Amino acid sequence: MPDATFLDSTELVLNMGPQHPSTHGVLRVILKLDGEKVLGTDCVIGYLHRGVEKIAENRTYTQFNPYVDRMDYVAAISNGLGYCLAVEKLLNVEAPPRAQAVRVILTELNRIASHLIWLGTHALDIGAVTPLFYCFREREEALKIFENYCGARLTTHAFRIGGLQYETYEGFEREVKAFCKMFGPKVDEYEELLTNNRIWMGRLKGVGVLSADECKEYGVTGPMLRAAGVKWDLRKAQPYSGYEKYDFEIPTRENGDTYDRYVVRMQEMRQAARIVEQAVENIPEGPILGKVGKVIKPPVGEAYVSIEAPKGELGYYVVSDGSTQPYRVRVRPPSFVNLQALDRMVRGGLIADVVAVIGTLDIVLGEVDR
Amino acid sequence: MPDEQKPEGSEGPPPAQGEAPKPQAKPAAPAAKPAPPKPAAPAPKPPAVMMAMPWDSDLARDLKERFPGRVLATSTYLGQNFIVATPEGAIPVLEFLKLEADFDYLVDITAVDWPKRAERFDLVYVVYSFPRNERVRIKTAIADGFHPQTAVDVHLTANWLEREVFDMFGIEFAGHPDMRRILMPEEWEGYPLRKDYSIIQQDQRWVRENLGIESGQ
Repeated sequence: MPDATFLDSTELVLNMGPQHPSTHGVLRVILKLDGEKVLGTDCVIGYLHRGVEKIAENRTYTQFNPYVDRMDYVAAISNGLGYCLAVEKLLNVEAPPRAQAVRVILTELNRIASHLIWLGTHALDIGAVTPLFYCFREREEALKIFENYCGARLTTHAFRIGGLQYETYEGFEREVKAFCKMFGPKVDEYEELLTNNRIWMGRLKGVGVLSADECKEYGVTGPMLRAAGVKWDLRKAQPYSGYEKYDFEIPTRENGDTYDRYVVRMQEMRQAARIVEQAVENIPEGPILGKVGKVIKPPVGEAYVSIEAPKGELGYYVVSDGSTQPYRVRVRPPSFVNLQALDRMVRGGLIADVVAVIGTLDIVLGEVDR
Repeated sequence: MPDEQKPEGSEGPPPAQGEAPKPQAKPAAPAAKPAPPKPAAPAPKPPAVMMAMPWDSDLARDLKERFPGRVLATSTYLGQNFIVATPEGAIPVLEFLKLEADFDYLVDITAVDWPKRAERFDLVYVVYSFPRNERVRIKTAIADGFHPQTAVDVHLTANWLEREVFDMFGIEFAGHPDMRRILMPEEWEGYPLRKDYSIIQQDQRWVRENLGIESGQ
């Protein structure tokens, strides 16, 4: 066939974002396209950069605590837990058992809330509008518990270095139990809408595949790593805050595609509810604050502490020079590191799948840019 | 954890790391250490160096054997192990850990600025091993203007992590495929996480030209 019957195809550069509804914030992706095929991407980030790590060096340990909530703002409680654990490590203290149990309950509820945001927006990106409303309905219930506990719904500042900020409120256990009881059937409801939905499967299966080796190469953690078949969860591998006491599974899948990541996150929500159920059954009595002074002043030293945040490994590397202000706080954000794999996941695919892949990455730009 | 034992190695943050050959008898003389002058306070002052203990294990011994002169110390603090390496030794150690000791996941790369020290920056690599369930840090002290070798050839993750270190500290990595700023605007002057960069400092020219205002404060 003579070549002349075809039009010349030249590379087209298309700018996606920063103001784009399916980039989940202010992410700008420069796409290089050949027709509908993606030849390459370049992420432009930093629009939400607020210099959190610089701020840390100019605040005391206690003053910096609320700032960490503003990074991954849909999972603020996880951020707070990681920071408090890191400073506690430097101080060589542990939160008392009661504080640990309440921490686990709130963190897991927050994991559910975070995954619900992911599910709602991810489904919306693909074109399923209904799940968004379902997800926000249940998320509201979790946020109500946070609000009753600490007065804030999103940027909670729920924990304090050494334990908890507040004692639980009257009816806390009842409300948490009611949430767990209500939540299981709701997940069934979402699954009914999506799991065997032909359009859903068609849009997700085989899209944005990241194998286990690629995940490790790119430092990708969290549900994305587990969807590629690696049974690794920091709550099991290096338990913190008493996670070793609870009985739960690490859901994994084999293919590492967008559909598998969906399945893994759905299972994780069920497991999170299971952990909350066990934790709320017997919250130990006792103090909620460990032996920390009014002035937090860790000895000279450094520590790297990480937790299993909803998005992956969230680490804090804190260096102390013996003063009341941290000398350096480095946040190892899961979103930032996971986003780097975007190029590998969409290269060679179709432009329509870019939206699906950004959704499945479950990034929060506040955490990417810090 | 190991907490109130006697200090032995003294590779704390303030003195140049790994200068003194490792576990001598006592922290003989980190002599010219400009300890933060906190006069008065008759109470027993906590020491101004990190009370790290020597870390002894098969891996630590192996490392010292393989990289004589390049691995300066293997230490542990609060139950967390770290290796102090020379600037040239960091990448070979990283590669060795990945290929022969199963440390297959580069968790993080970051830096710490110690402006009063001759080797101004600490470059810190955090690696984790899935099979061993173990985490180790590699630390190396580098001077301002030194171009450390990139880790991208060993771990692809290093790409963005090193770009962020460059963006925030101005440490340029030799051999990096894409050494651009990542969070700050590309034309921005100055490196925000350096200690001599004030918290209210900004690139006035950039703010004026791009935002059309006199000051972002």
